[in-house]
Amino acid sequence: MELVLAVAFGIVAVAAAVAVFVVDSMARATYALLVSFLAVAAELVLLGSAYLGVLTVLMMTVEMAVMGVFMIMYMMNPAGLMPMSMVHNKRGALSIAIGTFVVLGAGALLVPWPSRTGEPPAELTRALGFSLMGEHMLAMIVIGVALLATMISAVLLATDRGRYDRYGDELERDTPRDPVAGGVGR
Amino acid sequence: MTDGLALWGAVVLPFGLLLVATTAASLSAALGSAAAGRAVPVRTVLQPVQEAARLLVVRRRRTQHPDALLWRLGGGTLFVTAVLAAAVVPIGDAPVLRSEVGVVWFNAAETLLWAALWLTGWGGNSVAGLIGGYRFLAQALAYELPMMLALITAALGAGSLDVVQVAAAQEDLWFVVWMPVAFVVFLVAALALSFWGPFSQPAGSDAAGGVLAELSGVDRLVVLVGRYAWLAAAAGMSVPLFLGGGAGPLLPSWLWWLAKTLAVLAALVWVRWRWPVVRVDRFEEIAWVVLLPAIVVQALVVSLVVI
Repeated sequence: MELVLAVAFGIVAVAAAVAVFVVDSMARATYALLVSFLAVAAELVLLGSAYLGVLTVLMMTVEMAVMGVFMIMYMMNPAGLMPMSMVHNKRGALSIAIGTFVVLGAGALLVPWPSRTGEPPAELTRALGFSLMGEHMLAMIVIGVALLATMISAVLLATDRGRYDRYGDELERDTPRDPVAGGVGR
Repeated sequence: MTDGLALWGAVVLPFGLLLVATTAASLSAALGSAAAGRAVPVRTVLQPVQEAARLLVVRRRRTQHPDALLWRLGGGTLFVTAVLAAAVVPIGDAPVLRSEVGVVWFNAAETLLWAALWLTGWGGNSVAGLIGGYRFLAQALAYELPMMLALITAALGAGSLDVVQVAAAQEDLWFVVWMPVAFVVFLVAALALSFWGPFSQPAGSDAAGGVLAELSGVDRLVVLVGRYAWLAAAAGMSVPLFLGGGAGPLLPSWLWWLAKTLAVLAALVWVRWRWPVVRVDRFEEIAWVVLLPAIVVQALVVSLVVI
């Protein structure tokens, strides 16, 4: 039963991934990619890593939803509303894709995988948490802060309005002058 | 820890959810009549059923060049994800799907709404619908992080992501008592994710109905049912998370769960007829400047208590 499901989700994942390049609409390509990711998430759940699988669903859905907005926003044709091809630089892309597939596939088949020793822990999520956070807590905290700093810097670099635009050259205004007022009334 | 799916439950669950969702719709119809100053005869509660029957038989309106596949997919995803979310809610003591990561499961089902609502807005190839879809994404950016932190806070208090264990951890003291901020944030997010009441701008009349603009006939019914189902699922989830699950004297636990769920649901429905609609851009700032810091402090307090 599990094998049947695993094969079925595998086929869905690959078919949806192919669809990404076959369809002619940005929206369809984005959500075909999401279907592919969801099938991979289902494979993770079947493998017994419920937490990683569910987390993949969560992350990928939000990611694809936001990505779709940007892809459509930056399309050459108006808002991505016209039919368009999803492939560019066909030969180069094809050779890179096939090359990557062969290398990864050969790796999966040729690597001498170790045989399992011991049993999976009863509470997999807890064990995962400890192995990620236990010894590597310091690294995780540093990475977290670094990521946050990167995000804030990226937003700062991207925005064309700083506090001098909002509060005036001498920061003299009590309430900022914003093109769109927020809900807090600052 | 026993993970597993109760098969009979999986069959009954969609119908149960439909029933609770219809109750919410009936209550909303009654409250709406009262708010409009009309008399509320008993037959008002049948209004949603009549409307459903009408939508089932009425002919669908067409738009020019819709992306029908994505449109229908988006609309259908609403109810399907609501059922998936409700599956981990313990009805009394046992959920239909017991999972050691139930809290995250609920969250993942909810994030699929990002896709569902945007696709519903996109598929009809209409400006009003697309505006609604984009509005929902903006709204989701506002409510998602506070919602996640509210879920995490409850899980933190119980030391488990299993919804059954979260409910069990409230034997002595309901989480709502010492995590009031998390409870309020969860309810706000519940309203926002069902684009309901104050957060209904994605379906706002200022955009000719937003995501609902071009939906007609059975397509509209599917989306409206999905919306009420999500309202019901979120209300049902708030009970094991914050209101002690099925705990209560005398009555069986499933009845207590149902009573609490209906009470929360009634409050959510009532809010619609009491509060004005909050514009998405305003809610954005409220969420990031008020809700997020508040829920982070709440999570911090809970972590300190747990340690």
